[in-house]
Amino acid sequence: MPPPRTRGTALRHRLAELRGTDVPAKAMDARALAALAANPGCERRAILDGAGVDKAALASALGAPSAFGQSQFALVRGNAFEAKAKADGGAELLRLVHEKLDRGAEPPARAHVPDLSAIGPEGRSARTALALREAVEARDWTLLDHPMLALDVAGSPAFLEPDAVVVHPDGSWTVVEIKSFPMLDGSADPAKVGAAARQAAVYVLALEQVAARLAPAPRVRHQVLLVCPKDFSNLPTASAVDVRKQRAVTGRQLARLTRIQDIADALPENTCFSPELPAAELTAAVESVPAAYAPECLSACELAFHCRDRSRAAGAVTSLGRAVRAELGGLATVGDVLAAAGGETGDPDDPAVAALRRAAELRAEALGRRAVGEAVPCR
Amino acid sequence: MTTQAAFDPGAAAARATDAILADTLHGAHRGVVVDSPPGAGKSTLVVRAALELADAGRPLMVVAQTNAQVDDLVLRLAEKKPGLPVGRLHSSDTDPYDKALDDLPQVRKSAKAADLTGLPVVISTAAKWAHVKVDEPWRHAIVDEAYQMRSDALLAVAGLFERALFVGDPGQLDPFAIVGSEQWAGLTYDPSGSAVTTLLAHNPELPQHRLPVSWRLPASAAPLVSDAFYPYTPFRSGTGHGDRRLAFAVPSDGSGPDRVIDEAAESGWGLLELPARRTPRTDPEAVRAVATVVRRLLDRGGAATSERSDAPAPLTADRIAVGTAHRDQAAAVRAALVDLGVPEVTVDTANRLQGREYDVTVVLHPLSGRPDATAFHLETGRLCVLTSRHRHACVVVCRAGVSNLLDDYPSTEPVQLGTVVKFPDGWEANHAVLAHLAERRVVWRP
Amino acid sequence: MSLISTLARLEAVATGHAQPAATVRHRHLSDRPLVFVPLTTAGEAGAPLGALLGTDRDAPRLLVVPQPRDRDLRFAFLAELADVVLPYVDGYAEAVEAAERTETDPETGKRVKVEAELCADAPQLIVPSRAGIDFVRLLGRSMRFRRTAEQDPETPYPAPPRVPLLGRWLTHVGERARVPGSALLLAMTDVLARHWATGQSSLEDQHLGALLAWIAPPDDEPGTEAALRAELARDAQGQLLCPPAGPATDPAFDNRLLAPAIERYDRARTAFAAAEDGLEADDRLGALTAAEREIRDLVLSRTLPTWQKVWQGLDLLRALPAGAHIEERWTRDRWSFTGHRDRITAGEPPQPRRDDAVTAAGKLAAREREQARLEAQEALDDPLVMAGRRLSGEAFAGEVTDVVMAYSESRRPSPRPLITVRTGDRPHLAERVRVYRSLSGKPQAAEFVERAGDDLIVLRIVDKMGRGKTPEEGSVPDKGDPVCFTLFEHEQRGGAKLPDPEQTPWTHGGPPGEAVLPEADPMTAEDLL
Repeated sequence: MPPPRTRGTALRHRLAELRGTDVPAKAMDARALAALAANPGCERRAILDGAGVDKAALASALGAPSAFGQSQFALVRGNAFEAKAKADGGAELLRLVHEKLDRGAEPPARAHVPDLSAIGPEGRSARTALALREAVEARDWTLLDHPMLALDVAGSPAFLEPDAVVVHPDGSWTVVEIKSFPMLDGSADPAKVGAAARQAAVYVLALEQVAARLAPAPRVRHQVLLVCPKDFSNLPTASAVDVRKQRAVTGRQLARLTRIQDIADALPENTCFSPELPAAELTAAVESVPAAYAPECLSACELAFHCRDRSRAAGAVTSLGRAVRAELGGLATVGDVLAAAGGETGDPDDPAVAALRRAAELRAEALGRRAVGEAVPCR
Repeated sequence: MTTQAAFDPGAAAARATDAILADTLHGAHRGVVVDSPPGAGKSTLVVRAALELADAGRPLMVVAQTNAQVDDLVLRLAEKKPGLPVGRLHSSDTDPYDKALDDLPQVRKSAKAADLTGLPVVISTAAKWAHVKVDEPWRHAIVDEAYQMRSDALLAVAGLFERALFVGDPGQLDPFAIVGSEQWAGLTYDPSGSAVTTLLAHNPELPQHRLPVSWRLPASAAPLVSDAFYPYTPFRSGTGHGDRRLAFAVPSDGSGPDRVIDEAAESGWGLLELPARRTPRTDPEAVRAVATVVRRLLDRGGAATSERSDAPAPLTADRIAVGTAHRDQAAAVRAALVDLGVPEVTVDTANRLQGREYDVTVVLHPLSGRPDATAFHLETGRLCVLTSRHRHACVVVCRAGVSNLLDDYPSTEPVQLGTVVKFPDGWEANHAVLAHLAERRVVWRP
Repeated sequence: MSLISTLARLEAVATGHAQPAATVRHRHLSDRPLVFVPLTTAGEAGAPLGALLGTDRDAPRLLVVPQPRDRDLRFAFLAELADVVLPYVDGYAEAVEAAERTETDPETGKRVKVEAELCADAPQLIVPSRAGIDFVRLLGRSMRFRRTAEQDPETPYPAPPRVPLLGRWLTHVGERARVPGSALLLAMTDVLARHWATGQSSLEDQHLGALLAWIAPPDDEPGTEAALRAELARDAQGQLLCPPAGPATDPAFDNRLLAPAIERYDRARTAFAAAEDGLEADDRLGALTAAEREIRDLVLSRTLPTWQKVWQGLDLLRALPAGAHIEERWTRDRWSFTGHRDRITAGEPPQPRRDDAVTAAGKLAAREREQARLEAQEALDDPLVMAGRRLSGEAFAGEVTDVVMAYSESRRPSPRPLITVRTGDRPHLAERVRVYRSLSGKPQAAEFVERAGDDLIVLRIVDKMGRGKTPEEGSVPDKGDPVCFTLFEHEQRGGAKLPDPEQTPWTHGGPPGEAVLPEADPMTAEDLL
C-alpha cells in the first residue's frame, strides 16, 4: 500500500482529470460542505463536489440548467443588514454574544477587532490563526470580522469565511452567523435556521482544527449565535443555536469523503466532466456515476433537473419521493410495482406484493373499477 | 481505580432514594424531579414514596399515564401494604380496570372522584384526572412516567395538587401530537412538549435527582445503554460481570440462531445479521429468524442465574419478549411463533414494551431491510426501549447494510429557535449501538 | 404514504394523467370566495409588492406598491387591501340564525345550553399555495398591533384607520387555517392535492401550474410534459412562462424587469419632487404615472396567470360531489367566524403575539380532536378513503352471513345479537375491541367476539337497538346485508377541562397576569412593513 501522501496526491491528480484539464476547481465553501449531509447517499454529488466540478455549468452543458438564482433585492438587503449588525466596531454583536451565550462573563466594554487582511487564502487563514491565538492570550472580548479558516476536505484544504468569530474572555470561541431572514416574535423559519445551523457547524469543525494546533486547545463552543433582523425592523436580534447534531453529522460525512477515491476508481478511464465536452459525451460521463435522486434535490443540487429526468426515464419510484419506497420492498420501478399490483408479476408470498394486490383491489372497488390496468383520465 | 472498586450499588441507590424521600416529605420545594434510567427501581420508589406519604397522613393522588400502569401500581401498593385503603378512579368505559382489583377488599373503585374522598391514596390516569374538579387541592401528588406525559396534560391536572413528586425515564419515547405544533416550539409551555420540560423551565430551582443504578440491565448492557442514551446522566449496573449467567442444557447445533444465542449468553449481546436486502416491513425471512431464535431459546433449556436466587431459574416463555418497531411486524412475528408452536411469548412494539422487563429479549432492528431511514425509525427512545428490557441478554435480528443506511440518511432537519436539542440524537445513538453490536455479530444466510 | 395513494401516483405516471385521490369533495367551497394572489419583495420580510384579488373572476382588483421600501406607499396598499377585504368579511357578519351553544354556567359550573347567534354563512379566502397562507399570517401579524391616529394621537406613523382591523381578521383566518378540515382560508394547491394524485412528488405538487398540468393538461398533453413546461419554460427574455404562484417572485423577474422598473420609478419621483414650476411638474407627473403604470403592468403580468389557475382549480373542485360531512365542518367555521366577529364588537384587544399556556393547550387539543374527526368523516364520506383504512387494518367491510339473537346478563336483559361478517380485510382485532358502523348517520357499536374462520368475524352488537327486549326495526343487520365497521370512533369526545388562564398552575408559570394591549412594533427609519 502506498504511503498516504502519495495516495492523496494521486487522488488529487485523478480528480483534476475528472474536472477537465485547465478547468479551475470550484472552491468548496461552507454551504457546499453543509450540503454534503443533504443527500450523502448520492455518489454522483460526492464525486462532482469532491473534484471541484462547477455543477451549475455542468447542468447547463447537459441541457438541464439549474433554477437557482438570487434576487438583487435580497442581496442588497442581506449586505445592508450584515453591515448594520457589525456597526460600531462590532459593539452590538459582542453585546448579543454576551447576552445570549456568556452572561457570566464581564460585559464587553470595547471591542478588539484585529486587522485580518493578508494576501491569498493561505495568508489570510494564517493571519486568522494568529489573531485567534492573540485573542485567547488577551483574555478580553475580540471580534474577528470575516476571518479565513482552512478545513481539510479529503486531503485538500477548503477555505471558509464565516461572517464573524468571537473570542470570549475565557478564551473560548463562538461562531456568529448573520442572516437576513427575520426573527418574528422570537421564532424564525425553521428550514432556514436549519440551513444556517449546518453551515455554522462546518465553521465549528474548521475552528476546532485551528484550536487543536494550540496548547492548551481553546474550547470551540457548540452553541453558535444566529443574528437576524428583529420582527419587521432592520435592528439585529439574536438567538443561540445548538449545533452539536449538525456538527456530528457533517464531521462524519467529511470523514467519509475519502470514499470518493473508491468512486473515482470505479469510473471508466478518461471520464471527464468538463462543461466544454459535447453534451452526449458529458451525459455518458455523468451517467457512469450512480445518483440517488429524490425530489428534495430540487432545492439542494444544481444537477437536480438532469437527475430527475433520468430518474423518471428509468421509472424509479423514488422520483415521486423517498417515502414512496417504504412499503414496496424490493420493487423499485413504476413498471414493476404496477405489474406486481396487477397480478402479472411478483411472488404472491412476498408481503409487499400481497399488500400491493390488496391495495389495488380495494382501490378498484372503491372507484367502481375492475382492476388496476384500467385507470382512466379523471375528467 | 479506587472509586470503581469502592462503588457499592446498593448503597448508592439507597442514598439516592433517601435524598429523594427527604426532599419529597420534608423539602421546601413544591416539586421534586427524579430521572430513572431503565430498571432503576422507579416503581419501587413510587410505591415507597406513596406509603411514606400515606403514613405521614398526607392525602395523596397518583397520576399515571395508562390504565395498565395505574392497575399495576394499585396491585403493588396492595402487595406492600395490604391494609392500606386505596381509591382507583376509573373511566366509565366498559372494563375500565384490571379484574384482579376486584379481589382486593381495601381497593375502592369508582368513576366519580367524590366517592373516593377521604381515602389516603387515590390513583388514576392523567386523562381521567383531567375531568376531576376539587374545592380543595390534594396536599401531595406523585406523577409517574412524567417524561411520557405531555405538558398540556399536566396543565389540566396541576391545579389538583399543592406539591408533587415527578418520576420518569427521560430516555424513553417522547410524547407526540397528531397535528403540527410548530407554532409553540420554543415556548416554555409548548403543550406538545414533555411535562418535565415545562415544569423545569418554569421552576428551575426544583431539586432534581436520579436513580444511579439499573437493577435490570446486566453489567454487559448498562455501559452501552448509558453511553448511547444517557450520556449526561450516566448510570451503572447494580450487578457485576459474574453475577448473571445464562446457560443452555442443549448444545448449539451450529445454526445461525444457536450461534447468536451462545454469543448473547456469553457477552450479553448478539447480532444475527441476515444478507442485505430491501424488504417490506414484515420481511418474512427476518420474521422467521426472530421466531426461530425464540423457539431455540426455549428448546435449548435455558437457565438464568442471577443475584435473585442461588438456584438457576429456567428460561420460560414468560421470561422472553420480542420487540419490534411496528404493529404489523409484531403481528407477523406472533403468527410465525404460532407456526412454530410458541404462542405464549410476548411480542409487542416499543411503545407497549415501555416499563416492562424480561430475561432475554429478541429485537427486530427498526432499520432492518428498510430502503431508507426515517425520523420515526431513528427516534432515540424507540431503540432505547428495545435495547433496555433485558436482565440477561438481547439478540438483535437485522439485515446487513444498516450502517450505510444511517450514513446515507439526509440530514436536513429544520431547527426551531429556543427548543432544547436532544443530543445525542437517534442517528448518533444508532451508530453507537450498531458499532457495539458489530462485535457480537453472527452472519447467517437462512 | 399509504400504498393506495402510492398506487394512485404510479398510475398517474403510467397514464400521464392525475388519478382520483377522493371520490367526493372534502372541503367546503363558498359560492363567493375571495381569491387573493399576493406577491412579496425578495429579502424583505413580507413587504408586499402587490396583489390581485376579488370575488369576480372577470374583474380582479390590482393593488401595487411601486416602491416597496416606501412606508407611505405600503400603507396605501394596506389601506386599499382593507377596502377590499373588510367589506367582503363584513358582508357575512349581518345575516344570522338562532342557534344553541354549550357554555359553563359561571354560578353552578354546569354545562348548559344557551341561545346564541350564528352567522348564516362565512367568508372564505383562497390563496394559490401554502406559502400564501403563511403570507396572510405575516400580513396579519404586521398589521394588528399598528396604531391609528385615532387610537394614539402621538404615534409618529399612524396606520390608516382600518388596517389594524384587517390585521386581526387575517390573523384569525390564518390561525383557523391550522385547524384540520377548516375552510375559512384555503391554499388551492393543498385542496387540489387532497383530491387528485399526480405523477410527481408532493413537493412538486406545491407548484400550482405543475399540479394543474397533471389534473387538467391543455390539449390532453401528457402530464409530465405539461408540468415540466409549467415549471421551467421561459420566453426569449428568460422569463418563466408560468410565473410562480407567489408570494415569492422569480429572481430573473426581479433582476431583469422589476429592478429596472423600480429604478425608473424612483428617478421619475425624484425628478417630480424637484420640479420647479407647475408646467414642469405636470410633465414629470406624466413620467411618474407612466413609470408606475409600468410596474403595475409587471405585477399584473405575474399575478394574472395564477389568478386564472386558482379559478380553474375552483371549477375542477366544484365538479366533485360534496362529501356528506363538509357542511357540519363548515358550521364549525361559521362558529369560529361568529366568535371573532363578537370579540371585535365587544372591543377586545387584538390577538397577542404568543398564546398563553392555557390557550395553546386548548388549541392543540381542539386541533387534535378536529384531526381525528376529519379522518373519521372523510372515511365515512368516501369509499376510497375507507379503502385506505381497510388496508391498514383500521376498518373492514363485508357481508353478514349469520345473525344469532342473544341477550345481556342483567336483571333486565337487553338484546346483544351476535353477527358474523365475511370479509377479505385483515383488521387489527383483539379481545373485546370495539368497532363502529354508521347507522343512519349515528355510530352503532359492537364488540369483537372471535374469528370463526379465516375470513369470518363474529361481533356482538351492543347499542342503538332501542329500549325494548326486541331490537328496533332496522337496528340489526340481516343476513346478506353489506356492512362496514371501523375500529376508530366516528365522533370525538370532549377534551380535558383546562383551567382558566388566570388559574394557570405553578407548573406552567402561574397566571400570565393582566392582559395588556400589546405594544405596537417600534417604527424605525428602515422598518419593512
